[in-house]
Amino acid sequence: MEAESSAAGAAAGATAAGEGPTVAPLEVAYCGVCSLPPEYCEFGATVKKCMDWLEGNHPSLHQKLYSSEALESKMGTMTLEAQQKAEKDLAKKQQKEELRQEREAAKKKSSVITIKRVERTKRKYVTVVSGIEAFELVYKTVAKEFGKKFACGSSVTKSAAGSEEITVQGDLSDEILEELVEKYGIDEDNIRQVEETKKKGGSGPG
Amino acid sequence: MFKKPVSSSGKTKIKSSVQRNIRQKICEQFPLLEPVIDDVLPKKAQLDLIKAPEKISLYALDNQVLFFQHHNDAIMPHLRIVHKYPQCFPTVQVDRGAIRFILGGAQLMCPGLTSPGAKLPPPEGNIPEGAVVAINAEGKEHACMIGVLKMSTEDIKKLNKGNGVENCHYLGDGLWKMDSE
Repeated sequence: MEAESSAAGAAAGATAAGEGPTVAPLEVAYCGVCSLPPEYCEFGATVKKCMDWLEGNHPSLHQKLYSSEALESKMGTMTLEAQQKAEKDLAKKQQKEELRQEREAAKKKSSVITIKRVERTKRKYVTVVSGIEAFELVYKTVAKEFGKKFACGSSVTKSAAGSEEITVQGDLSDEILEELVEKYGIDEDNIRQVEETKKKGGSGPG
Repeated sequence: MFKKPVSSSGKTKIKSSVQRNIRQKICEQFPLLEPVIDDVLPKKAQLDLIKAPEKISLYALDNQVLFFQHHNDAIMPHLRIVHKYPQCFPTVQVDRGAIRFILGGAQLMCPGLTSPGAKLPPPEGNIPEGAVVAINAEGKEHACMIGVLKMSTEDIKKLNKGNGVENCHYLGDGLWKMDSE
């Protein structure tokens, strides 16, 4: 069993200082779509995408896993009944996954990132970015990136409503807009720039 | 254990003395891993401890989880380690029909381990109850699950009924997805 796996695994890493009886680690390729080893893609909900990805990235593996003989031999020991049941379940799962993706895409289209410029003192501003979670971005990491990129203080804070937002020190709304579009691939239509000025005399926020 | 995504509350560095203990424990538990332990867990490396809910500790090196442990139970390897060093862990094999249930996070039942497509060690290689095993699948080269034996492999053969292996970590669960991000 072990011999098979070492033969089939991709080139074993030669970097390990393993000499003599020690064993070199196997390098295992993982699917870029569902992150599992490609041989398990067929049990996931994104089989088709996984297949395409594998064909593009590891053609030899694709050939091995999805050639017609491989498919036939796989069905070996299972009873017909069990096969049918498994197929049915899988189809259901795939449909669900598709629906989920559709819904997510729709949500992405409708959600908006807000870049707000808030006045601190007369000529000092902070920029508050909120709503990035809808685009699968993590506040903490993005805040760090902003801090590095713009060389300024940048942190994750809780807004009054309890949701998280990034506070960047300095008036950077245009730069952040550009960065979001360029680096994170967000459509400009999904970003809104707002300005918030502090009124003097305690008449309440505008 | 990791059906839901893992929400960690930060990581802390592990003291070198504690790290030595962990290392020793791993060697005791997986004697086969000893020859390569320096590659898996270099002596000088700084391990990180990530605390997960329900008293689960994750041991990580360079942001990659290597081992995990529930409270003070046996230390279990991450599947990535098993994929790299498949010969270093005791292994059993399940039939093809069981794979999809495993990937859904189900407990492993005995019949899936005794059917024609499955493989259990021979009587002289009996694995005792409570041991950590890697689960391979029929026709696959890589392991798909890490579990704890609920009964010895000989008992599984004899009884052939009920829960055989507790599913602790499987491909595509919260722990798996945590790293691959």
